[in-house]
Amino acid sequence: MKIHVTDQAGVEHELEGLEGWRVMEVIRDWGLNIKAECGGACSCATCHVYVDPDWFGKVGTRSDEEEDLLDTVGDVKATSRLSCQILMSEELDGLKVTLAASAAQ
Amino acid sequence: MSGNEIVTDVVVIGAGPVGLFSVFELGLLDLKCHVIDILDRPGGQCAELYPEKPIYDIPAFPVVTGQELTDNLLQQIAPFNAEFHYSRMVTSVTKQEDGTFRLTTDADEVFVAKVVVIAAGGGSFMPKRPPVEGIEAYENTSVFYAVRKMEDFRDQDVVIVGGGDSALDWTLNLQPIVRSLTLVHRRDAFKAAPASVNRMKELVMEGKINFLLGQVSRLEGADGQINHVHLATDAGDLSVPATRLLPFFGLTMKLGPVADWGLELNDNLITVDTEKFETSVPGVFAIGDINHYPGKLKLILSGFHEAALMAQAAKKIVSPDERVIFQYTTSSTKLQKKLGVV
Repeated sequence: MKIHVTDQAGVEHELEGLEGWRVMEVIRDWGLNIKAECGGACSCATCHVYVDPDWFGKVGTRSDEEEDLLDTVGDVKATSRLSCQILMSEELDGLKVTLAASAAQ
Repeated sequence: MSGNEIVTDVVVIGAGPVGLFSVFELGLLDLKCHVIDILDRPGGQCAELYPEKPIYDIPAFPVVTGQELTDNLLQQIAPFNAEFHYSRMVTSVTKQEDGTFRLTTDADEVFVAKVVVIAAGGGSFMPKRPPVEGIEAYENTSVFYAVRKMEDFRDQDVVIVGGGDSALDWTLNLQPIVRSLTLVHRRDAFKAAPASVNRMKELVMEGKINFLLGQVSRLEGADGQINHVHLATDAGDLSVPATRLLPFFGLTMKLGPVADWGLELNDNLITVDTEKFETSVPGVFAIGDINHYPGKLKLILSGFHEAALMAQAAKKIVSPDERVIFQYTTSSTKLQKKLGVV
């Protein structure tokens, strides 16, 4: 399965994702500019992405903890998510996200 | 030379789990440690990022939280009486002619040590900089990430951003002395003490402060001095006159001064060997998440292993003429005495 990630410079990358991986892990594994400093524990908000509006309804909803963490990024939009909280699955094949400035290393 | 130098065998930079465990391994070899950390308490990432989160891959602990791990390590290293220095950052490490190292901190202290152990994890925890273009130009003149002197805010037009305890506490504390105060948060929900939130709302009702829903989009000003903070709000761009901006977005890790200590780096990590975990500067070791070697895994358990091997090499530097016999805590009365269990 594939995900399409637009980096902070506006360049689109097609990345191979694996079932059960977190979207953050896919992005990090491919070496894009994502800090993800807590390693996926939903504790830091440095894996912030904007989900393409067509996909936003399919990636689940923000937990209260994730909502609280989004207070610490400064560039929240309606489609903001922490990419460590989105698990890859068949339904998300083709998912499109854009890396937020606040996710940069 | 100042008369206030702290002289010791080893300075450990970083009080995260790996830094703490290095005190144990060094202590078994009779090396005296001073531990320095930028946070105000021990635990590093375990304390700052996920104190309540379960960790499942610490040997012999099927599950342990970051705080429990920290507390257990502190108990384990207690017999060695390491001295802890919190809320300060090591700013420089210099090798002296006699082979010892001179370390300075941002609290104007000087440490002299035979061995330096860098266990700084992802680097120093520093305030998160909001993604606002050009904000660096105003930092420490009109944009601050902490209140060091309240006087800097007297009679100023202050904008505070954030929804946590720091934002709320400083809203309440600064309100009596400022000319105007605007609290900005992206939503009408806060992750702060309810009493503070209630008091803030009262101040808004009394007309003493403003509360705006939005996010900072742009700063206007010149020569380091802001004059307007632009907010992106549901109603569009809003310009707020301001002479001080205080964003409170929590902490993030940055490599910090380590980059300037003359150590060989690999993509912001310190290159070490896998026999002693020594850096390119003999006598300076790097263990835990901050080091790099082929096959490195950023796991707490790897850091513990690195600490044990590092300690053996550190001992040879501190006591080159002493013959060290490898012993087990289970069977060695000598080690048990050090641990205070016999």
